[in-house]
Amino acid sequence: MTVTALAPRANLSGLRWFFLVAGIAILVALPVLSIFWLALFPEENIWPHLLDTVLWHYVSTTLLLAFGVAVLTLVAGVGSAWLVSMCRFPARRFFEWALLLPFAVPAYVIAYVYTDLLEYAGPVQKALRGWFGWQSAREYWFPEIRSLGGAVAMLSLVFYPYVYMLARAAFLEQCGSIRAASRSLGCSPWQSFLRVSLPMARPAIAVGLSLVLMETLNDFGTVDFFAVRTLSVGIYDTWLSRGNLGGAAQIACSTLLFVVLLIALERIGRARQRHFVQSPTANRDRYRLAGWRSLAAVFFCGILLLGGFVIPLVVLAGYALGNLSGYWTDAFVEIARNSLLLSAAAALLSVLLGLLLAYGKRLQPRRPVRLLVGFSKLGYALPGAVMAIGVLIPLAGFDNAVDALLREQFGISVGLLLSGSVFAIIFAYTVRFLAVSTGAIETSLEKVTPSMDRAARALGRNSWQTLWAVHLPLVRAGLLTGGLVVFVDCMKELPATLLLRPFGFDTLATYVYQFAADEMLERSALGALLIVLVGLIPVVLLSRAIGWRRGDGVAELIESEAPAI
Amino acid sequence: MFFRVLLQKCVVITGLLGTIGASAAEQVNIYSYRQPFLIEPILAEFSNKTGIETRVVYASKGLNERLQREGRNSPADLVLTSNTSSLMDLLNKQLTQPVKSDVLQQNIPAQFRDAAGNWFGLTTRARLIYASRDRVKPGEITRYEELVEPRWKGRICTRSGKHPYTLSLIASMIAHHGEAETKAWLKGVKANLARKPQGNDRTQVKAISEGVCDLSLGNSYYFGKMITNREQPEQVAWAKSVNLVFPNQADRGTHMFISGAALTKHAPNRDNAIKLLEFLSGAEAQYAYAEKNFEFPVRPQTPRSELINRYMGEFKEDNLSLTEIGAHVPAASRLVDEVGFDF
Repeated sequence: MTVTALAPRANLSGLRWFFLVAGIAILVALPVLSIFWLALFPEENIWPHLLDTVLWHYVSTTLLLAFGVAVLTLVAGVGSAWLVSMCRFPARRFFEWALLLPFAVPAYVIAYVYTDLLEYAGPVQKALRGWFGWQSAREYWFPEIRSLGGAVAMLSLVFYPYVYMLARAAFLEQCGSIRAASRSLGCSPWQSFLRVSLPMARPAIAVGLSLVLMETLNDFGTVDFFAVRTLSVGIYDTWLSRGNLGGAAQIACSTLLFVVLLIALERIGRARQRHFVQSPTANRDRYRLAGWRSLAAVFFCGILLLGGFVIPLVVLAGYALGNLSGYWTDAFVEIARNSLLLSAAAALLSVLLGLLLAYGKRLQPRRPVRLLVGFSKLGYALPGAVMAIGVLIPLAGFDNAVDALLREQFGISVGLLLSGSVFAIIFAYTVRFLAVSTGAIETSLEKVTPSMDRAARALGRNSWQTLWAVHLPLVRAGLLTGGLVVFVDCMKELPATLLLRPFGFDTLATYVYQFAADEMLERSALGALLIVLVGLIPVVLLSRAIGWRRGDGVAELIESEAPAI
Repeated sequence: MFFRVLLQKCVVITGLLGTIGASAAEQVNIYSYRQPFLIEPILAEFSNKTGIETRVVYASKGLNERLQREGRNSPADLVLTSNTSSLMDLLNKQLTQPVKSDVLQQNIPAQFRDAAGNWFGLTTRARLIYASRDRVKPGEITRYEELVEPRWKGRICTRSGKHPYTLSLIASMIAHHGEAETKAWLKGVKANLARKPQGNDRTQVKAISEGVCDLSLGNSYYFGKMITNREQPEQVAWAKSVNLVFPNQADRGTHMFISGAALTKHAPNRDNAIKLLEFLSGAEAQYAYAEKNFEFPVRPQTPRSELINRYMGEFKEDNLSLTEIGAHVPAASRLVDEVGFDF
C-alpha cells in the first residue's frame, strides 16, 4: 500500500533529477557544443591535405605518446600503490603520502627543468665532458631530452599520481578477507594480486588512466617544447597558421571521439561487474618484504619521488632563492592570491556539480542520464586554448544578447557581463575539470551498496535527505579527492587562463609561462615553486584522507560513519 | 508588466555598476601578442607622459577570436602583434577600423602601413642567418638560396617551419620564386638540418655555440637581447660565437617583417588609443624600440641606436609588400607539411 502511494511522488522526483542532471550537463557542455558547431563550418576542407601529408605522422606520434605514458603510469601508479598498501618495507609510511607529491608539478615546468639539467650546456653533460675530456657534442652520445621518449618520461613522472591515488584508495577499500580467501585457496601473493585485487581495483585504475590519457592528449606545452608533433600541434597549426578554426575544431572533435571510444571500451569491459564494500576490514596483514625485495621496493618508489618531485623542486628552489627579494614583490603576492581564489572557487563548484551529476546518475541510471553525464565530461579532452574559444562563444553570445536587449528596450548598454571576467575563467576551469571531480565521486558512490539507499528511502527520507544523511558522509573521501585534484589542476592550468583573463590579471601559471616561454627559467622559478608548494597542501590533506596515519583510512572512515543512518 | 519593472530594476543596478567601471581614469585597453617584457617599459613611459592608464591582456593565441566574439561590446582598443599574419587576419575578419592621423602618416612610411589605415607597422625585424664564427668563414654564405647547398649538410638549425617567423620567410620565397621552386628549396633546407626543428630563435644560436650546428635562421633582435643579457651571462657567450649574415645584399635584400598594431572596430577609448599609436610611432618610443629591443624603427628620422650601429650597420631590405607576404602564408604552411619539414 505504501509502495503504491509513493510511486507517483518518486516518479516526479525522478523527473526533477533528470532535469537537474540535464541542465548541468548541457551548461557545461556548451563549450564543447560550440566546438562541434565550429567544426561544421570549416573555412576549407583540411582533410585531403592532412591525409596526403602530416596526418599519419600526427596520429602515430599521438598514439605512441599515449601508449608510452599509459604503460609507464600504470606500472608506476599501480605498482607503487600496491607496494605501499599491501606490503611492508622501510619508509613505506613516508612513501604512502610522498608518492603523491609529483602531482603538484605542472608538466611544462618539469619539461623546462629537465631540459635545463640534461641538455648539452646543462650541468650533467658538462660534468660528463669534464670527467671524460670530451670537447664537443660530436664526440659522445647522450639521450636527447627533447624527444618523444623525453616527453613520455616527463608526462609519466607527473601524471602517474592520478593512477596511484585511485588505485591505492581502491586497494585499501578492498576486503582483506577476500584476499585471505584467495590465499587459502592456493594463490601465491602474485596470483592473488593479479587475479583478485587488480580486477577488483580495475574501475578505479581505469578512471585514473583515462584522466592520464586525456591530460596527455591535450598537453601542448611539453610536446611543443620537445618538438613532438602530436595531434594537438596539428590543431593549433590548422587554426593559427592556416587560419582555419573550423578545421582545427574538426581535428579536436576527432580526438574527442578517440577519448569517447577509449572510455566506452573500458565500460564494455566491465559492464557486468559490481563492487560493493560489504564489510570492509582493515589491512592488518601486509606482506613483509625482506632482503633485496625491500630494497627494490624502496628503489622503485624512490625513483618516482626523486624524478617527479625532488629534483625539479631542488632546481626551482635553487633559482628562486638566488634572488628571492627581487622576485617576491607585492604584485607577485597578488598573483598568488588570484591563483588560490580562482582554483578554490572552481574546485568547490566542480565538486558541487560533480556530486549532483553522480548522484543523479545513481538515482536515474537510465541511458539518457548516463549519456548526459558522460557528455558533461568531454571538456577535459579538448586542448586548452580550443576549449577557451568554446567558452568564449556562449559567454560572449549571452553577454551580447543581454546587451542588445537592453539597448533596444531601454537604450542602455551594459557591455560584457561574463566574458573577460574571472567568471569566465572559473567557468572554463569547471568545464575542463568537472570530469575529474565527477569521476572521483562516481567511483566512491559506486561502492555504496544500493541497499543503503533503499533502507533510507523505506525509512521515509526523500532523495535529497538520503543524499545528505547517507551518501555525503560515505563519499566524503571521494568529494575531497575530487575537489583537491581539481584545485591542483586549476593552479596549473595555462592556455585557457591566458586567453580568458581580464585586463592586467595574472595567475601563477601565466606568470611562469611569461618568462619560461622566453627561456628565462630563473625568473619563472619562484612562480613554479609556489604552484608546487601550494599544490602540496591539498596533496598532504589528500594523503591523510586516503589513509595516512589513520591506520587504514577510508575503510575506517566508512565503518565509523556508516552507523550514523 | 511585472517583468518590465523587474527589468528596469536590473537596468538601474547594472547601470550603477557600469558607472563605477566608467568612472575609472582615462585608459587604453590592449590585446597583446607581444611579450610583456618587450612593451611594458614603453607603455609605462606613455602613462607617465599622458596620465592615460594602459591595461593589457597578453596571450600568444586566440586574441583575434576573443575580439571577434566580444563584438561591439569588446573592451579592447588596440591589438599589438608580433608578426604580419595576425594583422592580416584581423583585417580579414573585419575587426579593425581605419585611423586617419597626420602624425602616423608622417612617422610610418607607406610600405609599413595599410593604405586605408587599418593597421600600422611599428618596428621591423630582419630574418637573418646566424653563422658560426669558428666554422663558417665570412662571405661563405650570402643568400637564403644557398642554404640548400650540399656543403651545409647536417649543419643547419632552425625553429619549427610552422612558426610565423619561418612561415613569413617561406612566404617571401614563394613571392619571389613561385611555389614549386620554394618547395624544392624547403626540401633542400630540410635535408641539411642538423636536427629536427625545435626551440626558439635563441635556442638555435645556443646550439651553434655548442657545436651542434653551424648556421641558423633567426630574427635580428635576438642577437641584441643575448649580447646584452646581464641576467644570464652565458647568453653573451652564445652571441659571441656567431656572425650575423644579412642575406641577399647583392640582389633583393634581407627578408623583413613587422610588429604592428591595429585599432579595433569598436574601440571604446578610441581617442586615447590613437594617442598611444601616435606615441608608439613617435621619436621617443621608436628610439626605445631600437635601444631596448634592438628592433629597427619604422620612423625614418629616428637616430640609430648605438648598439644596432655597432653590430648591424646599414643593410639592404627586401621591400616586398607585407600584404603580398601575408597572402602567401597559407601556401607556405601547406608546403611545410608537404615536405614534412618538422618531422
